[in-house]
Amino acid sequence: MKKHALGMAAGLVALGQAASAEVKVGMIVTLSGPPAALGQQAVDGFQLALKDLGGTLGGEPAELIIEDDELKPDVALSAANSLVDGEDVDFVVGTIFSNMLQAVFRPVTESETFLISPNAGPSTFAGRNCSPYFFVTSYQNNQNAEVMGAYAQEAGFTNVFMIAPNYQAGRDNMEGFRMHYEGEIADEIYVPLDHQDFSAEIARIATSDADAVFAFTPGGLGVRFVRQFNDAGLSDRMQFMSVFTTDETTLPAQQDAAEGFIAAGNWAPDMATERSMAFVEAFEAEYGYVPGGYAMQAYDAALLIDSAVAAVGGDLSDKEALGAALEAAEFASLRGDFSFNANHYPVQDFYQLSVAQREDGAWVTSMGDQVFDNYADSFAGECRM
Amino acid sequence: MSTTLILIQILNGLQLGVILFLIAAGLTLVFGVMGFINLAHGVQYMLGAYLAYWLHGLTGSFIAAFLLALPSALILGLILEFLIFRHLYARDHLSQVLATFGVILFLNQAVKVLFGPAALSVPVPEFLDWSFTLVDGLLYPAYRVALIVAGLLVALGLWYVITRTRVGMLIRAGATNPDMVSALGVNVRQLFLVVFGFGAMLAGLAGVLAAPVFSVEPGMGDDLLIVAFVVIIIGGAGSIRGAFVAALLVGLVDTLGRTLVTDGLRLLMDASAANQIGPAIASMLIYVLMALVLFWRPEGLFAAKVIR
Repeated sequence: MKKHALGMAAGLVALGQAASAEVKVGMIVTLSGPPAALGQQAVDGFQLALKDLGGTLGGEPAELIIEDDELKPDVALSAANSLVDGEDVDFVVGTIFSNMLQAVFRPVTESETFLISPNAGPSTFAGRNCSPYFFVTSYQNNQNAEVMGAYAQEAGFTNVFMIAPNYQAGRDNMEGFRMHYEGEIADEIYVPLDHQDFSAEIARIATSDADAVFAFTPGGLGVRFVRQFNDAGLSDRMQFMSVFTTDETTLPAQQDAAEGFIAAGNWAPDMATERSMAFVEAFEAEYGYVPGGYAMQAYDAALLIDSAVAAVGGDLSDKEALGAALEAAEFASLRGDFSFNANHYPVQDFYQLSVAQREDGAWVTSMGDQVFDNYADSFAGECRM
Repeated sequence: MSTTLILIQILNGLQLGVILFLIAAGLTLVFGVMGFINLAHGVQYMLGAYLAYWLHGLTGSFIAAFLLALPSALILGLILEFLIFRHLYARDHLSQVLATFGVILFLNQAVKVLFGPAALSVPVPEFLDWSFTLVDGLLYPAYRVALIVAGLLVALGLWYVITRTRVGMLIRAGATNPDMVSALGVNVRQLFLVVFGFGAMLAGLAGVLAAPVFSVEPGMGDDLLIVAFVVIIIGGAGSIRGAFVAALLVGLVDTLGRTLVTDGLRLLMDASAANQIGPAIASMLIYVLMALVLFWRPEGLFAAKVIR
């Protein structure tokens, strides 16, 4: 466990007027290993929000402590314990990955500390195991794949080849895609999470009669697959649809290999609202790269905390009132419409996104048609708080 | 499953084998000749890829990046040898594993600090940025062919150096009996330096060549390192010929396994169960192969010597 936080926290405290911080936020994200780019986006998104809010949350000076879970459940757990017991934080913001959330969920929520996830949204805590202390500002994990499936159905694809890494999230996303897609499945392939050479899989795709591919190949896996797919000339033959495969963390490496590829999401950096555009501009000026959904959702997590702390007038001891204030979600989300369902997972709009080159040369996802309006996940009905 | 697909998969398997050989060749020399377990071989491969990325950014030319990356990888390897590895040769394998594992952690973190955590890519050089049709609708990139040719050239070059030159003779002798070689007045330390530098350069070469096909990211060598060890254990530590044969074998078994196991299981059980079990069995196959080889020939297929 590393403390990246000391210097930054000190700086933020200095921004506020009072010498002692009153709203203490602990952040647990993945900042080492290949997926560190996702955690960095979340950290930068949250810090930009704090900067925009003048170093305060709900008018009170804020202190931020950042912990790296190293993508190891035991590290995440001890980070959670030290934040909750040692630092006595008021909010924990985390995590990026669902298996890390499994590790921190109980220690944080059972100590009656509010846990706000800027990305991980597993089905585990969306249904019967939902908690009044747990909120999600991203989505339920299956939703992007569900949206992609609905798009495939609408767009008239009839024979889709599916590929994902061989672990739970891979299978969940394949299931999610099938929810609204009713056509044929040409085949489905599961590869190791660290798969390097996709030649064998690409040969199978090429010799199938698929008219589209649906992929869930996050991070470096997606960089390799997308480039090798394009090199094999398959981009011209079939539509590439994916989730968590062509996003702002992988596009700098995929570039034109991913041109015209389709994804699904709740936001893209070119969303044409004033607030979203201002956010993207400020983010790029501050950190020098294009923010993805991870950054946007972390920014929203800060706004959510800000709105709730303001609503209770800075009195963080009344947990019930604070919970109700969070539930109300009285903040202006960068993505527009946003409200919490009964299980504290968002109800929001989903869009088809496509990869395109911006005028300044950067490769980004770009907003396409809206696929769902106020879309809720399918587990909320089982939640009894 | 058509015959065409199987033929394509055999080609893909051989191609993966050649890539694995590029990585395993340096490792088998260092492990076999020096008896030194260098877990950091994987990060030296990663350094090669990052050097290619960095130098490509500076020069804008893949050829220039390629030509500059090789000596740079060699120099970085020698620096590591001088600072760390040289003090480990006389130690037991556990110390070597611990220290070289530390090097992995350090260098993975170092490239993250320097280049950021996100995956990067190196474009395919323009003169190789074309492809030909393998079967209807499936293109085979020219760069992949270049990769295979490069792998074969390295294999040929190594074969020549090891069997036809004086240095090669010393390396073979050193692999068999380093004490005797030393007693005959050969500076074994110098010989080890040459072997190690050569191994580092081979790892760097593999990284440079792999950069346009795979993604350049921190930790990219860690997964391949394990497969590389499987290759040299099957082939026999220290044997270039063994590494070559074993790399092709592992490439074929892995690629064909991925295709055939799941399809085969689908004949026996329903599709979703086959999808569940197939990939798991397929990824075990190379380790099963290694276990079998270890059972029948504990010293590997073409052992240069029994590992001390």
